[in-house]
Formats: sequence, C-alpha cells, structure tokens
Amino acid sequence: MTELTRESAQALIEEVLEVYPEKAKKDRAKHLMVNDKEITQSKKCITSNRKSLPGVMTQRGCAYAGSKGVVWGPIKDIIDISHGPVGCGAYSRGGRRNYFAGTSGVDSFCDINFTSDFQEKDIVFGGDKKLAKLIDELEMLFPLSKGISVQSECPVGLIGDDIEAVAKKKAAEIGKTIVPVRCEGFRGVSQSLGHHIANDAVRDWIISNRDDQPFESTPYDVAILGDYNIGGDAWASRILLEEMGLRVVAQWSGDGTLTEMENTPKVKLNLLHCYRSMNYIARHMEEKYSIPWLEYNFFGPSKIVESLREIASHFDEKIQEGAERVIAKYKPAMDAVIAKYKPRLQGKKVMLYVGGLRPRHTVGAYEDLGMEVIGAGYEFAHNDDYDRTIKEMKDATLIYDDVTGYEFEEFVRQLKPDLIGSGIKEKYAFHKMGVPFRQLHSWDYSGPYHGFDGFAVFARDMDMTVNNPVWSMFKAPWNEADKTEGDALKAA
Amino acid sequence: MANIMVRKNAAGGLVFYLPKRDIEDNITSIEFDAPDKWGGEIKLANGGVYYIEPIPAPARLPISVRAKRMDGVE
Repeated sequence: MTELTRESAQALIEEVLEVYPEKAKKDRAKHLMVNDKEITQSKKCITSNRKSLPGVMTQRGCAYAGSKGVVWGPIKDIIDISHGPVGCGAYSRGGRRNYFAGTSGVDSFCDINFTSDFQEKDIVFGGDKKLAKLIDELEMLFPLSKGISVQSECPVGLIGDDIEAVAKKKAAEIGKTIVPVRCEGFRGVSQSLGHHIANDAVRDWIISNRDDQPFESTPYDVAILGDYNIGGDAWASRILLEEMGLRVVAQWSGDGTLTEMENTPKVKLNLLHCYRSMNYIARHMEEKYSIPWLEYNFFGPSKIVESLREIASHFDEKIQEGAERVIAKYKPAMDAVIAKYKPRLQGKKVMLYVGGLRPRHTVGAYEDLGMEVIGAGYEFAHNDDYDRTIKEMKDATLIYDDVTGYEFEEFVRQLKPDLIGSGIKEKYAFHKMGVPFRQLHSWDYSGPYHGFDGFAVFARDMDMTVNNPVWSMFKAPWNEADKTEGDALKAA
Repeated sequence: MANIMVRKNAAGGLVFYLPKRDIEDNITSIEFDAPDKWGGEIKLANGGVYYIEPIPAPARLPISVRAKRMDGVE
C-alpha cells in the first residue's frame, strides 16, 4: 500500500461500508473517520459509546467485565465474588495477568474464582441467603482477606436481589468492608459503564473510610491510578517514581490493597494512566479532597521523559532534579535498545484496535522504534478519548470506533500493515491471514511494557513478532499469485 | 437537569464536565462571575449552552452543580 492520503483513506472507508444495508451503513459511517489534526472536537467527526449493531461482530465486553475484570479484580486482598451463574467468573479468571506480590489463597485472591453459582432455585427464590452463606464460608476459609466485593452478574439485577442489604448486614457481623457492586452485564453498551460503576462503588464504600484516621504523610506522596500491573507494568512504573524521590502511597488497582485505596485521599497528586477507567474517581478526589490529577504516559522513552518532567513540575526542585537524574540514568540503556531494534523495525506500519488507553498511549513508543501507526481504534472509548487520540495520531490515518470484525479485516487486507495490535478474538483470524499480530490486551503473555524497563521488553517483542521468519512460510490467500516475493524471502 | 462538574484546567480556564455523557469541554463564557453571584448561562466550546442557578462564587473548584441544557448538541 502506498502512502495513505486523506482521499484514499476516505475512499477506503466508503468501499468497506458498501456491503452494509442502508441503515447499518449510515450508522457505521459515523464510527469511522480519517484523522485530521485540525479538528479539536472529535464529536464533529466520530461517534462513540453507542450500542453496537445487532448482527455485526463486535469485540466489546460487558459491565461486569469492566468492573470485576478491570477495576476490582487486581486488588489483591479483596475477595471478588462473582454473584450469579458460574460461567462469568470461570471464563474471565486470570485472563488479564494482573500480577501481585503475595500468597494466593492466603492473603491474595486475584487468581481464584469465587462464585455463588446460581441455580434455578436461586433465580426463583432469590440468592440473598446464598450470598450471606457464601460470605460466612469465605470468612471461615480465608480469614486474612481484608474485604469482599460482590460483583453482580445479569440475573441478580433481573430478579431484583437486595445485595446492598446483605452486604451491610454481613459487614457489621464480620467487621470487614463488603462492597456491593451493581455491575450487571446488561448495563450500558460496553465494559466502559462497568468501570464507571466500579469507580462509583469505590467512591461510596471505600474512599472515605479512613478520613479521620492519622496518616504520616510526606510532601511527595502520590498515587498511581489506572495501572493494572499487567505483566508487572505498575512495578516498572513505580520504581521510576520512587527513584525520582516520590513516595507511591497506592497502586490502583494492580497489586493494590484495600488499605492503600483507603489512604489515597491523603496523597498530594493523583497520577492517572488509564484515563478511561479511572478518571471518575480522580475527578471525585479532586472535588472532595482537592487532589489534582495528571494524565501521564509511560510507553516509550520520549513519552516517559515528557511525563516524568511533567510530574516533577508539580513538585519542588528536589523532585525535578530527581527526574533529570532518572532520565539521565536510563538514557544510555534506552539508546542501546533503540540502536538495536530501530534498524529492524524502521518504517513498519502498525494498526491498533484495543481498549482503554493503548491506541493513543503506545503511538509514542512505536514512533521511538521508527514504526508508524496507520490506524487506531477503541472498543469502548468515549469522545473525550478521541479528542486525545486525534492529537497523537498522524494526519490521514484511520480512526475506527467499535470496529466490526468485517471492517477490521477489510482494512487490514487493503492497508497491509506489518503489525496488528489487538485482542485475542482477532488474533487467530489475522494469524491465518498471515499478518504479524500481538495481543495487546495483556501483552501477549509478555510484559511489562510500561516504564524504561518495559520499553526494552516492548521493543524486543515487536521485533520478535514483525521479523519472525514464520510469516514468510505461508502466503495469505490474496497474495497467492504473487510468488516472487515469497520465493525471495524463502531464499533469504 | 443534569449533574455537572466545573473545574479549572492547567491554563486557568474553566472546564465543563458532564459525567453521564462524558462531555468534557472548555467553558468559553459564564454569565455571572462575581464573588456574590456565580453561574447563569454558560457557553461551551462545542456550542452547547447550559444554565446553572446562580450561587455565591464557590470557595474552590471543582464543584458539582445541577445544570439545565439550554441549547446546542446533545
């Protein structure tokens, strides 16, 4: 594919939309756009956070996925009960690889599935008694847990169980925090509402628990919000902040604890990595506790350096010096990584379709490696995410919201990127098409990718994928006629 | 009527945020901005116009208030 111009990109979108019936075409057209850096208001050109069309392959999750899987799941000393039928918890267990330091089943409970396993009789007679019994059993089996959250699955909302009443009663009985979360899967259009509901539950049940308790604070207290420690991400971020002289009081929520979360209102600055899933609580803390918040980006050295300086600008000279020291310390290592991988990756084209923050945050990291992001999209972003994305992306690149399986495949067929970063649902389809692919939801079983240390892993993984000799071993069906290129690669 | 939040951005300007719809935008003008009377009609950069019942100027921002949509998109 030659260089994408605005006209050719627009033509491509129209060509792809051609197969839809009139009504669906009109609807989908609103979700696809060609980037134009002039635009400051994404809503003028892209629609987001709308219900997916029936009949198309969407990659979205549900509110339960957003609450239990993303926000609550990684908190290590809270037991998350998947309240409802057994499947939701069983099939979502351990998928996100939120690492934690602790002993599973003793003081950490991230990788165990707790469920109330609804049966027919629970639907008919209500599951409140079962929930109460379950909490008693948990208390007996796992006495070192610090709290329990009740993550509702669809039937709980449908039959109208009063989980709040059970939570209150049992919390008084066992003397621990029990948080009922109304994150039934049918709420909202995607997992995004689940994040919001989870944030609201934290706000209502956790955040003010220690307001009147003493806390030894320092002027350099910060909290990491929206880092889920996928493959150790939060640890790779945390060491940079600590090296520059800050004290990280809390990690939300990767490798985080209930106590850390309760102490967060005492910090001086909230650092927000995943804007989409945690801006709600950051805004709440700004209003209630006057804690400013700051979005930062720890992907790729140029963005990390930018972010470290911006974080330091909120503190005194000591921290600013610390930031410069950290930047100088890692510079030789980063230069070495770029020197090694940039020649191998230079000019390669990337298409991204992930969720949360990655489609815009990783652009800088790819550019550090000389790669170019030619298309990006989110599963469940809102317009404020696209406002931020438009600035990061180059002109005349594709932006697609809640892209359907068909549209994404068609874009890839036409644009022939050298790498796709997306989820597990797309992975094997693109493998079969012969396109290098990385599963960017949980870093394809690798990681961490955040921070300076993470960038070395990131660069290695991208090189490993793009330059893997396996891609020359089979030809994608639409390339079958073009034998010469394949033979040349085999010979080499 | 909707709950909105008004906060200050880094540049010192007012920012409007409507959590229910995730609309975040700069406020271009506010009808009353005096210590004893604050609020009234607010205009957003995206063309939206909202009305806040005037109150004494808040001691600190951000503040959550109820607002009525008068005009503009959404």
